[in-house]
Amino acid sequence: MTTETQLKPEHHVEELERVTIRFAGDSGDGMQLTGTQFTRTAAVFGNDLATLPDFPAEIRAPAGSLPGVSGFQISFASTEIYTPGDRPDVLVAMNPAALKTNLGDLKPGGLLIVDKDEFEPTNLKKAAYESNPLEDGSLAGYQVVPIAITRQNELALEGLPLSAKDKFRCRNFYALGLILWLYGRTLDTTIKWATEQFKRRPDILEANLRALRAGYNFGETTELFRVQYRVPPAKVPPGTYRHISGNEATALGFVAASVLSGLPLFYGSYPITPASDILHELSKLKNFGVKTFQAEDEIAAIGAAIGAAYGGHLGLTGTSGPGLALKSEALNLAVMTELPIVVIDVQRAGPSTGMPTKTEQADLLQAMFGRNGDSYVAIVAPCTPSDCFIMAIEAFRIALKHMVPVVFLSDGYLGNGSEPWRIPDISELPRIEWKYAEPQEGKFNPYLRDPKTLARPWAVPGQKGLEHRIGGLEKSGETGDISYDPRNHHEMTLARKAKVDRIVDDIPLLQVTGPEEGDLLVLGWGGTYGSITSACENARKRGLSVASAHLRYLNPFPANLPEVLKRYKKVLIPELNTGQLALLIRGRFLVDAVSFNKISGQPFKIAEIEGKIDEVLGLRDEYVLEFTRSAGVSGG
Amino acid sequence: MTAPTAPNDGLISPDLPVLTRKDFVTDQEVRWCPGCGDYSILAQMQKMLPELGIARENIVFISGIGCSSRFPYYVNTYGFHSIHGRAPTIATGLKTARPELTVFVITGDGDGLSIGGNHLLHAMRRNIDLNIVLFNNRIYGLTKGQYSPTSEFGKITKSSPYGTTERPLNPIRIALAAGATFVARSVDRDTKHLEEMLYRAAKHRGVSFVEVYQNCNIFNDGAFAAFAEKEVRAERMIYLEHGKPLRFGKNNEHGIRLNGFTPEIVENAESDEGLLVHDAHAENITLANILVGMDYPEFPVPIGVFRDVDAPTFDQLVQQQVDEAIAKGRGSLEEALRAGETWVVE
Repeated sequence: MTTETQLKPEHHVEELERVTIRFAGDSGDGMQLTGTQFTRTAAVFGNDLATLPDFPAEIRAPAGSLPGVSGFQISFASTEIYTPGDRPDVLVAMNPAALKTNLGDLKPGGLLIVDKDEFEPTNLKKAAYESNPLEDGSLAGYQVVPIAITRQNELALEGLPLSAKDKFRCRNFYALGLILWLYGRTLDTTIKWATEQFKRRPDILEANLRALRAGYNFGETTELFRVQYRVPPAKVPPGTYRHISGNEATALGFVAASVLSGLPLFYGSYPITPASDILHELSKLKNFGVKTFQAEDEIAAIGAAIGAAYGGHLGLTGTSGPGLALKSEALNLAVMTELPIVVIDVQRAGPSTGMPTKTEQADLLQAMFGRNGDSYVAIVAPCTPSDCFIMAIEAFRIALKHMVPVVFLSDGYLGNGSEPWRIPDISELPRIEWKYAEPQEGKFNPYLRDPKTLARPWAVPGQKGLEHRIGGLEKSGETGDISYDPRNHHEMTLARKAKVDRIVDDIPLLQVTGPEEGDLLVLGWGGTYGSITSACENARKRGLSVASAHLRYLNPFPANLPEVLKRYKKVLIPELNTGQLALLIRGRFLVDAVSFNKISGQPFKIAEIEGKIDEVLGLRDEYVLEFTRSAGVSGG
Repeated sequence: MTAPTAPNDGLISPDLPVLTRKDFVTDQEVRWCPGCGDYSILAQMQKMLPELGIARENIVFISGIGCSSRFPYYVNTYGFHSIHGRAPTIATGLKTARPELTVFVITGDGDGLSIGGNHLLHAMRRNIDLNIVLFNNRIYGLTKGQYSPTSEFGKITKSSPYGTTERPLNPIRIALAAGATFVARSVDRDTKHLEEMLYRAAKHRGVSFVEVYQNCNIFNDGAFAAFAEKEVRAERMIYLEHGKPLRFGKNNEHGIRLNGFTPEIVENAESDEGLLVHDAHAENITLANILVGMDYPEFPVPIGVFRDVDAPTFDQLVQQQVDEAIAKGRGSLEEALRAGETWVVE
């Protein structure tokens, strides 16, 4: 009798430093779940990683169509990495449409796993293929592994009392099992998750686990794969880690701000992609005293946050670009009444409705200037998914101490992207200072400013003797009464501006990575941190004198920014907009910065920034962006 | 570290002060035009507030934009003069965060029904415990005389020299449709009635909506004079009282009865039999809707409480969810950060 192991083919094991996989399929195929499960497994294994979910705008586009393709990219490594990878090494395509829209990104010679059962005439036609790419030789440049995933999944689930449709929906776990095998991972994390997730549906649980194991076992027994890969754990600082997305980190960060300040959190929001998850997360956390309010519109959401801040609580609202536009007038009311609210903007591709599920960082100038009058707010911007946690705390730390509205500029890439996160010790977190107004002799003046910060006193209803009236009309700095006095308006406007400027004493200096002075500084902000940092590291490995610096505080800028800018012969500012930070830097510091812009709804690839670095340093001709993906024609 | 307890717990003083009207007057010069109906509303409010037995610091007036919205500057409580149409949103945030406060929303026909219509609607349907007072003068006063959403059809104003081509909204009908739990109407000239309506609105637990017919003597003088003047009031207005038959006239001699769903006047009704009896506590809004359709000159104009029913308030329900969640175990930040799958790197 032969043992089971003797039946298995020999697999050569190859060790890799970094692998990037993209799972792509129809939006009904569960690709986000597949990617998330693989990510959890890699995270628990100890790889450093970064993810990029890429889903269609349509909730249910027609099955098999090009606009209906949903993708999830994960890059995992044994070294520190900053981005979800430029181009995947592996593409898992669950149908022809997924192949068509994603193939352009796959590395030449990359591994292409397809569900060959789905490459039948109807689906090929929906994907606008004139001939079957699995047969016409057009995939010759890749290692193509066609697998009958649909059929094999069916066989694995034979006899289970489920509909054909329900069984079909388990295909993603078959694919997941296969990929977990290919990278030498266990099924434990996924089994644990599924057992919890489907505890009330044992039939669905059984089907998913069978599919998962079938995929795994197929990898082990087939001879299609000669090589199995290993990506060892990364060397990262010791500590307890978890996996976290930007929106989760944002929600947790604001709850932390509530705990650290001892003030209850109020979150007013109107559902909007890609910020809604923050509302979902916070609405669960009522045991922290969090009150969430799903408002009738964006204006009501910020109005309510202002009301809560007026009442002495943490007033928070969250939205995306179009929502920020609607909130502008109310944000200005918070500027005028000097109330400490925080506005989250998870930026997405604009203008107008734009591309709601795609990322962009084009709301910087809206946050900075998008209001009537001379109106100043503080602006912070997290640079990685987990940094959202810290910057959320920072947002309220600044708002409360300086009595000023703060805009928190996240983006779709950060919000939906994820990474492993070393859970901080509470003692490492910033302190949040605040105080309500002290009782005053005589009539209370709500604009009696703190001489150092220029913050006005926070007098909240319920405080006896401090009854006062505030509002959007200009007030006398001396009495708090309505004032049309020319000198007073001049001085109050300057005071509101100076109050924001003085925050500079309260924020960290800009850190530079790389040489302290040299040929080129690459300056970025927000979600481009990973690509910029990686590109500059690569450039230095090639012997170039290139440093990078990333702004997380955008108003005011860190105190040392002008001095840092002067230490380099050239400054390059890559942005996912047409040059908004560049405009500010050029205008503010008279620095002839070079702007590098991409407005495609996709994050920067490392190679793109490296290409531009080489151009700026005169090492190549003009660098021109190439757009590899055919994104499909969307009807939405 | 655990979740915060509300720092305002200690702010509300339990001792109820004895206050007078003067305590609610600020040092600000009142800047409405002489003869404006707003003066009367302010006076009745200041007269009524001491009767509530609530300390000044626990009362907040929030307004939008317009003549009426200057109101908070003149009431010596906490006050917030916000932006056009948005007062209900700020009041909602404040009352939800701090349910122990007494919050008034002061708005007008333009502020509340035009630019802020959406917020007014949603504040009322949520039954948040706000006291909303809408000054209806059927004109834009602060911007100097354009028609408003309550201006009569065909009205000639600065922005409608050929007459408006828009049909007006009826604020009471909107309040009823939105599910407001307390709906009343009064007029600036009938000070006693106005004071009573403001008092009952303030005492109502849940959203209260009071429409006040208010004369703008500059841009729409006499808009309500035909029925609100003292001499004609008894004949041309009808005072709604719960449980009582609908009667009006100098000697209460006339009555209202229903013919199907249509009200009709019974002149010199000797007996109450067959007359419509007002029921402000009815869950069903059909009767209130019939009453709100009555208007001068066909009918006497109904004033008083159209609807007064009890229902859980939004602010309480939100607080209850929080309290129940905390009762099961106050959130721990350490635990929240470690939620889900974690792993240790040595």
